[in-house]
Amino acid sequence: MKKRVIWFLFLLLFIVHQDFWWWDDAFLVFDFLPIGLAFHAGFSIVCAILGWAAIKYAWPHDLERFAEENNDEENAI
Amino acid sequence: MTTLIVIILYLCLLLGLGFFSSRLFRGTSKDYFVASHSIGPFLLLMSVFGTTMTAFALVGSTGKSFERGIGTYGLMASISGLVHAGIFFLIGIRLWAFGKKYGYITQIQFFRARFESDGLGYLLFPILVLLVVPYLLIGIIGAGKTIEPVTAGAFTEIFTNPTAPQWLGGIPPWLTGLVVSLVVLTYVFMGGSRGAAYANTFQTIVFMVMGVVAFVYIINGLGGMEQAGKVPARITEKGIIVQDYQFDKTTKELVKNEKPKPIGRVTDSTTVDLSNKQPHLARTPIQVEFKKKNPKTGVISSFERELGIPFITFLSYFFIPLSVGMFPHLFQHWLTAKSAKAFRLTVIAHPLCIMVVWVPCVLVGVWASGVLPPGIPPPAVLSAMLNLLVGDPVLTGLLTAGVLAAIMSSLDSQFLCLGTIFTNDIVIHRAGKNKYSDKQVILIARVFIVVIVALTYVLAMWAKNANVFDLAIWCFSGFSALFPVVFAALYWKRATKEGAFASIIAALISWLYFFHLSGYGGELVIGPGIIPAAVCFAVAAIAMVLVSLLTKPPTEETLQKFFPSAKKL
Repeated sequence: MKKRVIWFLFLLLFIVHQDFWWWDDAFLVFDFLPIGLAFHAGFSIVCAILGWAAIKYAWPHDLERFAEENNDEENAI
Repeated sequence: MTTLIVIILYLCLLLGLGFFSSRLFRGTSKDYFVASHSIGPFLLLMSVFGTTMTAFALVGSTGKSFERGIGTYGLMASISGLVHAGIFFLIGIRLWAFGKKYGYITQIQFFRARFESDGLGYLLFPILVLLVVPYLLIGIIGAGKTIEPVTAGAFTEIFTNPTAPQWLGGIPPWLTGLVVSLVVLTYVFMGGSRGAAYANTFQTIVFMVMGVVAFVYIINGLGGMEQAGKVPARITEKGIIVQDYQFDKTTKELVKNEKPKPIGRVTDSTTVDLSNKQPHLARTPIQVEFKKKNPKTGVISSFERELGIPFITFLSYFFIPLSVGMFPHLFQHWLTAKSAKAFRLTVIAHPLCIMVVWVPCVLVGVWASGVLPPGIPPPAVLSAMLNLLVGDPVLTGLLTAGVLAAIMSSLDSQFLCLGTIFTNDIVIHRAGKNKYSDKQVILIARVFIVVIVALTYVLAMWAKNANVFDLAIWCFSGFSALFPVVFAALYWKRATKEGAFASIIAALISWLYFFHLSGYGGELVIGPGIIPAAVCFAVAAIAMVLVSLLTKPPTEETLQKFFPSAKKL
């Protein structure tokens, strides 16, 4: 369930990224930062938060264990 | 000359770091290729970020936003933050796990095992090399183009045949390319993947810090943030593009022009009212005509440019950052991780690192539209802004070192990865793993790295006039087209050997077709603005699905190896 929520948020962010609502808006936030750029800078921060959420709620513990135990490396390749 | 001394000092510092990291080298091939899986979270973040960011991060982003405005950030940076982090999480950790478990050092070893096919490796090897080599050329050509203007006048007696008359006496591109190649070769040769990780970390810190420092100086030069916001070029009621400000070099201040200075005119737009708009601050595409003066002949000519970004292009650019999933040099960095947990910092901080580097550069490019002539080559915008607004040789030297750092932090991983795949996927694979001692394996890799550096240098000199940033997009497109292969290999049990062959061949043919249509490296969009990477990706994905469904599924043994049951996994 938690993994599905992370996937949903990922897809939602992809849609939000298109940002067609401020496409033609040249308003300056704090008189220097164009709103379209400010939005996408904020988007980058939200991506980092999503990364944190993915690690917290969808971390592949089993895969990690699988890689660490009974390492076949000596016999491989 | 001061600028050159700063750059030389930086290169010496880097060589010193190379010697230091070579002392940590454990003398085994596993340490040479994947640092004995010992790299922790911070070094992994810095080396992965440094590898994915080329010269484009500083120089190209500024130039692109000078051409197209703020849409550059959403087009190439913020979407990369989302997609790259997603790939590190979904692809990187999984490939690391299989690499750690089964001892894979290269992508090809993984694909050969997953798709039960030797031939797949022989098909992939030349394709990966063909796609990495232009990427290497970008670095060497880009370095040459960066150094010559900033060292102009330093050796007027020696270097008398500059690329452009105003750069007389500057270090020629052939010499810069040679020095950069030798410096990178030295530390990769000595320290292998551990050396590359240390050097990448140092260089990534350098280029991130220098980007921010340059930004602060440029803001001060423009008279503060609020003033900087007014600077970008503006459209008048009559559709003329004007610059309202100019930088007075005597008083070192930004002054308002008595009359706005016309630099171009709008030739086509879907927006009804453009009066008093600053087109670089929004993203609606408009066609404009600018004038430029040829520095050699003095002849004035006009050229057309599209400001803003078409929505379809913006949307389809999503496919470009998928390329990191198939970068062989990034695969090798993932394999250096000490544990899966080492990826956590990279997943979280990678989008933030992109933001720290790209937002200032995009803003500088936008502001440059109001004070620089429109005909200036886009890659020269950042250094031109520094020369105009700051003019300090030490700072210019430091910033140039930052650009070189961004270039070299990608070059080292790419050289190392080519040496690694040649040694492991061709030489050892054909001869058998017991044929050579560990020391001989390292020697083979080192010899091949020397050969590939030499070949790349010769190729870079031959292609020195290529538009390096357009070439970069073509490399990324090729790797993006191969993405369905890695995704299916990891997440689709039904993906077969024949499906992988079909997907790779479809990706190759479609990529070559569009590359040919582009005139071998130019800008190309399809229909309403779709980029070729999107079509190549779709063709490769369809080929993978259709052919896999029509052919025999992988053996049970392979499925158990790569799709262990829930109990094991």
